[in-house]
Amino acid sequence: MSNRQEVLLTGAGGQGLILASIILAEAAVNDNKNVVQTQSYGPEARGGASMAGVIIDVDTIEYPKVTKPSVLLCMNQASFNKYIPKVEESCIIIVDSTFVSGSYREDYKITALPITQAAREQLGREVVANMLALGAINAATGLVDREIFRESIFKLAPKGSGELNQQAFDLGYRLFNEGMGQNLGISSQTPQ
Amino acid sequence: MAETKPVLMQGNEACAEGAISAGVRFYAGYPITPSTEVAELMAAKLPELGGVFIQMEDEIASMAAVIGASIGGMRTLTASSGPGFSLKQENIGYAIMAEIPCVIVNVQRMGPSTGVPTAPAQGDVMQTRWGTHGDHPIIVFSPASVYETFYLTIAAVNLSQKLRQPVIMLLDEVIGHMREKVLIPEAGKLLVEKSSDNVPADWKPYDEKGLTPLVPFGFGHYYHVTGLFHDQYGFPTGDPPQVERALDRIHGKLEKYRDEIVLTNYIGHKEPRVVIIAYGCTVRSARAVVKKAYWQNRLPVGLLSLQTLWPFPDKEVAAIAKQADVIIVPEMNMGQIVGEVERYACGNAEIVPLNRYDGEMISPDQISELLGRWL
Amino acid sequence: MEQLTQDFLRTKKLPHIWCPGCGNGIVTAALVRAIERAGYNQQDVVIVSGIGCSSRAAGYLNFNTLHTTHGRALAFATGLKMARPELKLFVIMGDGDCSAIGGNHFIHAARRNIDLNAVIINNHIYGMTGGQHSPLTPTGMKATTAPGGTLERPFDLLELARGAGATFGARGNAAQPRQLEQLISRAANHKGFSVVEALSQCPIAYGRRNKLGGAVEMLREMKDKAVSVEKASTMDVDELKDKTLSGVIYSVDAPEFSEEYYRSIGKA
Repeated sequence: MSNRQEVLLTGAGGQGLILASIILAEAAVNDNKNVVQTQSYGPEARGGASMAGVIIDVDTIEYPKVTKPSVLLCMNQASFNKYIPKVEESCIIIVDSTFVSGSYREDYKITALPITQAAREQLGREVVANMLALGAINAATGLVDREIFRESIFKLAPKGSGELNQQAFDLGYRLFNEGMGQNLGISSQTPQ
Repeated sequence: MAETKPVLMQGNEACAEGAISAGVRFYAGYPITPSTEVAELMAAKLPELGGVFIQMEDEIASMAAVIGASIGGMRTLTASSGPGFSLKQENIGYAIMAEIPCVIVNVQRMGPSTGVPTAPAQGDVMQTRWGTHGDHPIIVFSPASVYETFYLTIAAVNLSQKLRQPVIMLLDEVIGHMREKVLIPEAGKLLVEKSSDNVPADWKPYDEKGLTPLVPFGFGHYYHVTGLFHDQYGFPTGDPPQVERALDRIHGKLEKYRDEIVLTNYIGHKEPRVVIIAYGCTVRSARAVVKKAYWQNRLPVGLLSLQTLWPFPDKEVAAIAKQADVIIVPEMNMGQIVGEVERYACGNAEIVPLNRYDGEMISPDQISELLGRWL
Repeated sequence: MEQLTQDFLRTKKLPHIWCPGCGNGIVTAALVRAIERAGYNQQDVVIVSGIGCSSRAAGYLNFNTLHTTHGRALAFATGLKMARPELKLFVIMGDGDCSAIGGNHFIHAARRNIDLNAVIINNHIYGMTGGQHSPLTPTGMKATTAPGGTLERPFDLLELARGAGATFGARGNAAQPRQLEQLISRAANHKGFSVVEALSQCPIAYGRRNKLGGAVEMLREMKDKAVSVEKASTMDVDELKDKTLSGVIYSVDAPEFSEEYYRSIGKA
């Protein structure tokens, strides 16, 4: 079970987290891994909170629900407040500093990146923030082969937006690598 | 069997894809969570295949339209969930009585009534068995993965055609909505029951000699189809011996093909002390537990998973009960299949229910904890 | 009147179960003659029916016949028509069957304008269950479930259908079987959803309780009340009071659903 990676994508409805989870799952399949994707439905999925889980393993995946996230993405303040207390210290946490602020315990591995802001300012489209987040996650974890991931994005992105979404994914990588270099973290920096 | 590249697929999608692979070309339905994806996929795909998708005015009409189309010679499917499945019951009974093949999908949600539309539960097990009135036979499959959903849907279509009997695919919300990796064989490599095109000259719609193919309307065999008890030509009868024979007939065909219908799977110790009996998404939690307890720690445990719920796997359960001291039955309801297990265990094992009905899955930890009492 | 073609009757299934004086046989005969007149191949014709006295007609007709569940005949027929658009479907229903329990399917079949020929035998009562009031029982008339006369107002079935989108509506009656046959025949030739309301008598469960006399008296009254659409146009409101319009009330062209569907998928 040690190979089991549990990724939890959280934020608000409309941020494209469900699609991101499906693309991550698809990429994992293309990378020859076992994968299960689940998501929260219902009133939660209508504009309010949004949550999707992806479990990746080389072994067969039995229990399909995320219980101990190894990776957590928080795309808004509410999800950050809700899920941070539930994860273990070893969990890799990526937050969108465009929407999330506050100080948290130093022993958490929190990487704060201006995900939505970068999508808006550098690519001119806020909607690709989800792919940017996937880039950052994959840069942090190496869950899926990068080229396979890029191909999967191209395949599943809405028609005509494949390249833009790939650019967003690459920008996520860059942001993560630069962010780490600058030791950017939510506990040491408060975004405006 | 040659298999193509693995793909990511949702449970509801696997149901639609399985149906299409098995030759289903007619879908009638009504929107309801959490089964709507089946309808949406059929709406997208059937027209391309020259098939018919129609959204009916209600669930009752959907079930009726499916039966009508089956009588026209099409392979048919409809999908719904709890409240909608309740509405379909009368016409399901009609299809059983008139021996019209069709597949009905029920993606279970938390009930009773409107309940929690998006929460998983396994509360419809007894409804699939006894939802429609009268002493009827039924076939119910309960898949535990996206892969099983695909294959069991094909099996459902095949059996439904062969036996002229409605078959119910009983999914739960977890299986219906999750996506996972599946290997789907190329088209043409699947075992799909062919329609019989040679009709004997003395064909009767309900031949007393046994199974007989359905000859669709419009081919010159002028027979009658009714929900009334009927003779072998389909005409109403209230004659006691004929009524009894007719009921024996619809039950008898399931008994005759019992071993083709009843599908179970056992993993674990050869001489188990504790066995878990599970179905649907609960199988996954149980398997996680058994893998750890048996494969890693060599404890005398096993898991009997039921792909077929009805007809109930009586022989299989009876055999397990003779071996095991304890049988744990985890269910996301207040205890439904456990009664059947008890009935066929005949006192040979202690039966322990594990019930959860808060709209969440039973976790492996819950089962492990219970298991720990005996090991 | 000429003899019915025996080919279209299951003579071995006769005599029928209907009571002496019942109008169902007259309407059924008119239907058979209309089918004959239309010249359809026997194997292309399907009779679909619901549940009730009138719906038993299906069992006596030598076609592919589908006796469905109560109220659902049109929904079964919709599935069959979509699967096999080349078939000619006649859907026999009673007034309760069609307009109470089957009301939803009735308006939606009309809305889709699917090519089904609905023949509703309206005897104003649930006969098979012994005389309960239906949505087509006139206000004030007695039934076992309205012993003092029903307070409810009846539907105008043809106007209900027209409002829902039906493209053909006609009314005939058991007292004028020749006209009824012609109306069903015109309905059969109409492309789209057609409704023929066939007024009929139930002397046992309705006539007796409401002191309307036997079959003969009921038929006479039916005939006296009937006014053709043409004649009605020359009459004023007072003259038309207590009269029943008969004939083709409306007939318009509109796209037919099964044809539109198959065209949309490139198969028509």
